[in-house]
Amino acid sequence: MSQTTIDTVAVDPRYTVARESPPAGSTGPWGWARANLFGSWWSTAVTLLLGYVILRIGFSFISWAVIHAIWTVPTSPQGTPDTAICQNAKGIGACWAIIPDKYRLILFGRYPYQEQWRPAICCLLFIGLYVVSAMRRFWRKELALIWIGTLILVGVLMWGGVLGMPLVTEDQWGGLPITLMLATIGLACAFPLSVLVALGRRSTNLPAVKMLCVVYVELIRGVPLVALLFMASVMFPLFMPAGVNIDKLLRAQVAFILFTGAYLAEVVRGGLQALPKGQAEAADALGLSYWKKTGFIILPQALRLVIPPLVNTFIGSFKDTSLVLIVGLFDLLNMGTVALSDPPWQSFATEVYLALAVIYFVFCFAMSKYSRGLERELGRANRR
Amino acid sequence: MSGTTADPRMLGKRSAPKKALRISWSDPRFRAIFWQVVIVGFVALVVWYLVGNTNRNLAARHIATGFAFLGRVAGIPIGESLISYDPSVDTFGRALVIGILNTLKVALLAVVLATILGTLVGIGRLSKNWLMSKITGFYVETLRDVPLVLQLLFWYALIESLPAPRQALTIGHVIFLCNRGIRVPDLVWQPAHTWAFLAFLVGAACTFLWNRHANQRQAATGQRPAVWPVALALVVAFPLVVWAVLGAPADVELPVLRGFNFQGGSTISPEFFTLLIGLVLYTATYIAEIVRSGIQAVSLGQWEAGDALGLHRGAVLRRIVLPQALRVIVPPMTSQYLNIAKNSSLAIYIGYQDVMSIANTTLNQTGQAIEGIAYIMAVYLTISLSISLFMNWYNAHIALVER
Amino acid sequence: MSQAAQKLPHMANTQAPPAIVLDKVNKWYGTMHVLRDVSLTIAEKERVVVCGPSGSGKSTMIRCINRLETHQEGHILVDGTELTDDTRALDTIRREVGMVFQSFNLFPHLTILENCTLAPIWVRKMPKAEAEELAMSYLTRVKIPEQAKKYPGQLSGGQQQRVAIARALCMKPKIMLFDEPTSALDPEMIKEVLDTMIGLAESGMTMVCVTHEMGFARQVADRVVFMDRGEIVESGTPTRMFEDPQTDRLKLFLSQILRGH
Repeated sequence: MSQTTIDTVAVDPRYTVARESPPAGSTGPWGWARANLFGSWWSTAVTLLLGYVILRIGFSFISWAVIHAIWTVPTSPQGTPDTAICQNAKGIGACWAIIPDKYRLILFGRYPYQEQWRPAICCLLFIGLYVVSAMRRFWRKELALIWIGTLILVGVLMWGGVLGMPLVTEDQWGGLPITLMLATIGLACAFPLSVLVALGRRSTNLPAVKMLCVVYVELIRGVPLVALLFMASVMFPLFMPAGVNIDKLLRAQVAFILFTGAYLAEVVRGGLQALPKGQAEAADALGLSYWKKTGFIILPQALRLVIPPLVNTFIGSFKDTSLVLIVGLFDLLNMGTVALSDPPWQSFATEVYLALAVIYFVFCFAMSKYSRGLERELGRANRR
Repeated sequence: MSGTTADPRMLGKRSAPKKALRISWSDPRFRAIFWQVVIVGFVALVVWYLVGNTNRNLAARHIATGFAFLGRVAGIPIGESLISYDPSVDTFGRALVIGILNTLKVALLAVVLATILGTLVGIGRLSKNWLMSKITGFYVETLRDVPLVLQLLFWYALIESLPAPRQALTIGHVIFLCNRGIRVPDLVWQPAHTWAFLAFLVGAACTFLWNRHANQRQAATGQRPAVWPVALALVVAFPLVVWAVLGAPADVELPVLRGFNFQGGSTISPEFFTLLIGLVLYTATYIAEIVRSGIQAVSLGQWEAGDALGLHRGAVLRRIVLPQALRVIVPPMTSQYLNIAKNSSLAIYIGYQDVMSIANTTLNQTGQAIEGIAYIMAVYLTISLSISLFMNWYNAHIALVER
Repeated sequence: MSQAAQKLPHMANTQAPPAIVLDKVNKWYGTMHVLRDVSLTIAEKERVVVCGPSGSGKSTMIRCINRLETHQEGHILVDGTELTDDTRALDTIRREVGMVFQSFNLFPHLTILENCTLAPIWVRKMPKAEAEELAMSYLTRVKIPEQAKKYPGQLSGGQQQRVAIARALCMKPKIMLFDEPTSALDPEMIKEVLDTMIGLAESGMTMVCVTHEMGFARQVADRVVFMDRGEIVESGTPTRMFEDPQTDRLKLFLSQILRGH
């Protein structure tokens, strides 16, 4: 064959057709609309119907939430807010005035007013912790130290008593810091527990341990979190010797740790199963003991695999913190209901719940977007 | 090629030698036993300690133990129940049974409705119509990122803000929406209706038999007799005819406003309605994602192979795509059903009296926390174990056979 | 018109209308022009191999013939019927055209026998016993009758592709399309599939085959068509094409795939 390369191939005019453009109307915005909105009779009907419904609902919602909404109310002579205009506008305009009036109560609970900068900083610390953990260049052993350090700092700030900050006991804590604390400490403590339980469940040569782990996981996963919270708040005092009193927050935290631990154990077990057997075999062939093999070879790879479902479990945990309202803890949701118990604001539950929903949505949506992006990225990296 | 003589490996003439257990740290079996004894022993010690404390505390507070309280008169007012209940006469045991029935009522209904809604939304997500897929996507994303409790409280607040019975909203003057619940007309049940219902069951059974007959005819001759018209006739027309022949009674009790509230008809309580709506809308988002990924899991090549063979779209869907999609859909779907059962315990936040709520009241009144919690856990564990068993059976039954 | 309308012995009845006619077919994906004025006529019982670099449009062209892809301009006639949006005509055409895919696309939840009898029962409305007899005869022809009760997951790649051929044959099509049938197979299994296809060719089936297997083309094809960048560049008998390529593009392609030959 002659030295014909892609560059020296001559273009034979007999075989080159002039570049034609696609039929008119099949590209561009009109083409897109024809394909995606009006592709068939059925599609056209759906577009018209949905479009109408969305416009109707959209307009009435915007009219209620924005156009006719009331943003501030005057203060009555007694110093309390005068919500008469809000009452009159019920059903026509939203009463967002409750937010400026109550936001500090909802966000920080009954924490002393002057000291509320401390829980505010704690919330920022938590968010910073999530952001740092999310960045892949921090995925090293030092991350554990960062977590422990941040949690200690949060503890110092919330309790005080040192460095000139007055002491604030746990029964005064409330709002967003409680939510973040329950979720974060829950995950931090449940994670090592879940790794141990997952390893225990996979250990075929220790059947008693395997049975214990199976019983723990299936028991916890079979009952609702509400039942566990009740169990914690009602039964823990009975478990302790007389005179020892466990704080409500601690009881709920333990229930959260046990609950999250069981679900995380299943996630970690999935990761351990997904790892090819050859990894363990190679480690054995090198003469590594069980703990060295698990610590150096198995866990680092398996845990990398399970980070997206782990984030999803955390999102679920974050949402589940709203359940502690039943055991009398003042998390973000409960503070919302407390704010509503104030007589002038009693009938504006919808506005408060919508505002709370926005806060939860922002956190959960950000985390879920992150988890999906991560899944894609890790999926690409894992495919060889 | 394997010969016709038996494989000597399978004959079992010799078996593996057994090694004796050496009491020595270098024997892995000894080590395994040692560690198990240590760990189980430690757990047993902790449990013994906790049980000891509990007994002492219970004795100190003069709280009884045992399930004798189930026979005592309850005195708990229960808003809605499927069986008759009188607080001054019926026992705690009966109250707890009513709790279970209430839980099952809302859970089963939520499962059915959430499956229907979730499947429709899941298919809508895959639609070629951009508006449809975006709107369903928006619904799925939003409701998954807000806690269910908050959603329940929100719907409850909306229903509470409905007008009082005197100014109730109405649909056709037959259904009334007010803050005391939704009043709907009630059918006065006559014997003719029982006969019509029996006719329906008979019709369903006959449809099943006709379908079998159609399959046999098709296997024998290739022609399949029409199934749908016969099914419609048996399941719809036949009961209607029975009902008409027996006099066609259609007495309906309409809710009528008397004084401050409605009389007649039946009520859907605000609590039940809130819990149902909340559970259905929330779980449907998860079911939609499951259905969507199940359908997408079937590779495009399967559709193309079916098309290339000349099967039309409906047949490709029914015979080729759906069986494969269902394998991927059913396991996560059953765990969503389990979630519905567990999330129904959130009834306690809005005042619907399911088993969690009634058991909680019981344990508050009798002081017997251990028994109360044990009862709750037993109920929910039974539900989850039954669903798990079903799922294991289903998975084993339909697993694709591979090398 | 085709450049090699020779009367080969097995094509005795060339008074019959051509099996496939593509007339100035154009197709766009968005603004990308993937088939450019493709014109090709395939006579009954003719065996055509289509080759070309990846992205040349050869798979797209062959998938347009049974309307797995739709063309935007030009005409495609199969067995005298034109391919349009008319679904009834489409059903008739798909019954007469069988397709074998690169990734086999067997139905994993059905046995081999059920894979083969599904379409005859539901499309040609055959009684079950007759369909099973037909399926067994074709499975014997592709030399794997003993696997009839197994599932696709239990078979090797070569066996699966032979089942796919048998499944397509059970509809008794007049034309068989092959879309790179051996590209997904391990080397030791390619021969068994090619042998099956050679046997099929010798029985007089009209075949259009997209493949890189030039040995197969030499042995079986009446005509080789070379496509590049969406258009047919050159076509002719296998001998002429491989030994005396006229265009530079074909020369380049042959040098790339026939290294060492």
